[in-house]
Amino acid sequence: MNQMIFITVCYIVASVLFIIGLKRMSSLVTARKANQLSAIGMLIAIVATLLTKGMMEWQWIVLGLAVGTAIGILAATKVAMTAMPQMVGLLNGSGGLASLIVGWSSYHYQPNASLLTTISTYLAILIGGVTFTGSIMAWVKLEEKFITGKPILFAGQKIINALILGALLWGGIIFCSQPANHYPLFIIIMILSLILGILAVIPIGGADMPVVICLLNSYSGMAGAATGFVIINSMLIVIGSLVGASGIILTNIMCKAMNRSFTNVLFSGFGSEVKKKKTDIKGEAKPIGVKDAYYVLEAARSVVFVPGYGMAVAQAQHVVRELGEILENNGAEVRYAIHPVAGRMPGHMNILLAEADVSYDQLFEMDAINPILDTTDVVVVIGANDVVNPAARHDKSSPIYGMPILNVDKAKTVFVLKRSMRSGFAGIENELFYYDNTHMIFGDAKETLQALIGEFKSV
Amino acid sequence: MEMQLDQLSLINLIFLFVIAIFLGVELIAKVPSILHTPLMSGSNAISGITIVGALLSVGLTPGSTLCTILGTLAVIFATINVVGGYLVTDRMLCMFKSKSTKDKK
Repeated sequence: MNQMIFITVCYIVASVLFIIGLKRMSSLVTARKANQLSAIGMLIAIVATLLTKGMMEWQWIVLGLAVGTAIGILAATKVAMTAMPQMVGLLNGSGGLASLIVGWSSYHYQPNASLLTTISTYLAILIGGVTFTGSIMAWVKLEEKFITGKPILFAGQKIINALILGALLWGGIIFCSQPANHYPLFIIIMILSLILGILAVIPIGGADMPVVICLLNSYSGMAGAATGFVIINSMLIVIGSLVGASGIILTNIMCKAMNRSFTNVLFSGFGSEVKKKKTDIKGEAKPIGVKDAYYVLEAARSVVFVPGYGMAVAQAQHVVRELGEILENNGAEVRYAIHPVAGRMPGHMNILLAEADVSYDQLFEMDAINPILDTTDVVVVIGANDVVNPAARHDKSSPIYGMPILNVDKAKTVFVLKRSMRSGFAGIENELFYYDNTHMIFGDAKETLQALIGEFKSV
Repeated sequence: MEMQLDQLSLINLIFLFVIAIFLGVELIAKVPSILHTPLMSGSNAISGITIVGALLSVGLTPGSTLCTILGTLAVIFATINVVGGYLVTDRMLCMFKSKSTKDKK
């Protein structure tokens, strides 16, 4: 009995450490310590669990911990910062899979459990399965190696999804009423959950991935909470639901930043059809050479960089920082404007620029930078498109109308670094490119920036 | 793992579940957007708490080979989630520097 009390106390201590860890995550000064605190909490929780009375099969436990630790360390140290969305996706998936397996094992060992335990097992399998395959799909889509990052839609998609959902519900009722007789049905439920995860993510486009990753994060927490109900463990329930809630909040923030509803993101296949709606955009896009761009930048007193996913693709963050430093030494005030949905996951641009050694007092959120843009001399847009399209402010017919944007068109001069005139994720033309104060610098963003740095250095 | 969930404990657990969700909302709402990526990977690591269930499902299921295999797999995946999540978060947070700390270097 004393042992049980000790373990429970450990679980309480661990939970408190997790909560303090999450709370201190809200400031850059305390964030790193907060994460370490939370890791200590995890260690306490694991050690306490190992002290549980009657634990056996130590060789397997040690093996599992060792293999998992090795893979975890390898993955965490090798991954590039640009690939962080994929990494978080895979980690989510791995957590979801663990929940699913725990559910399976618990059912296999004790098929004749009480109704409530069986329902919890069913939920752990369902949520864990969807989290696992959904995360794998998100990873595949973000990599864009095997399949396109664009939404994949096919006829009857919604009907098939509804049928699977119905089958899962119906199967769940039968299974829960008499779990011991329905092992095959249990396997079917597991397989259907896995299929549902895939089908739920394929209609969602690459640039909507921030929402998907947040949502899967939430699911992985919920799967943990469901596992908590299966093994009757309060700590799992508390911590799982904490993470579940945090995922929901981030999902919500992302949806707001795109001015789209949650259902629209998940089901509409946004960006799949390239509507060639001929908006009567007046004027012509004006290309500008590196040399001329250099003269403008050289004279600028204030410069704002607007990074987007294109910067991540071109791996241009280090060159951006280098150019930023040159401009600062040249007497200009340099800032970085970050749209909430820039990149493929929340905060993606911030970590890339931090990796490149940009100090965080130079990183500005949308609401902080927009009032300053009016008086900015030069804005350099690097691989961002829809988040700077002024049509979002005034063109009611535009799909992105109402989305909060960075008002870069208000600056005196705008340089857009872009490979071609191709439209952005939403499949719409960007009228910013045709404005009088906008100049296009075509080519690979990294090479263009290097050329600009070269101009500064040659003087 | 011979455990049965009865109604009374279910009610208590649901109570915890609901309170924890509200706590989560309060905690996360204040995190600035600059820290959203580390927050996600950090909270992701925390969701690896499933490892507790995984460990118990290896250690407390004597006599069943399938359960041992499944449990070991679950421990592996949950450990990847925990170790990978915390390390990668630390790696990211390490990178954030302010002007003043940079000057000290």
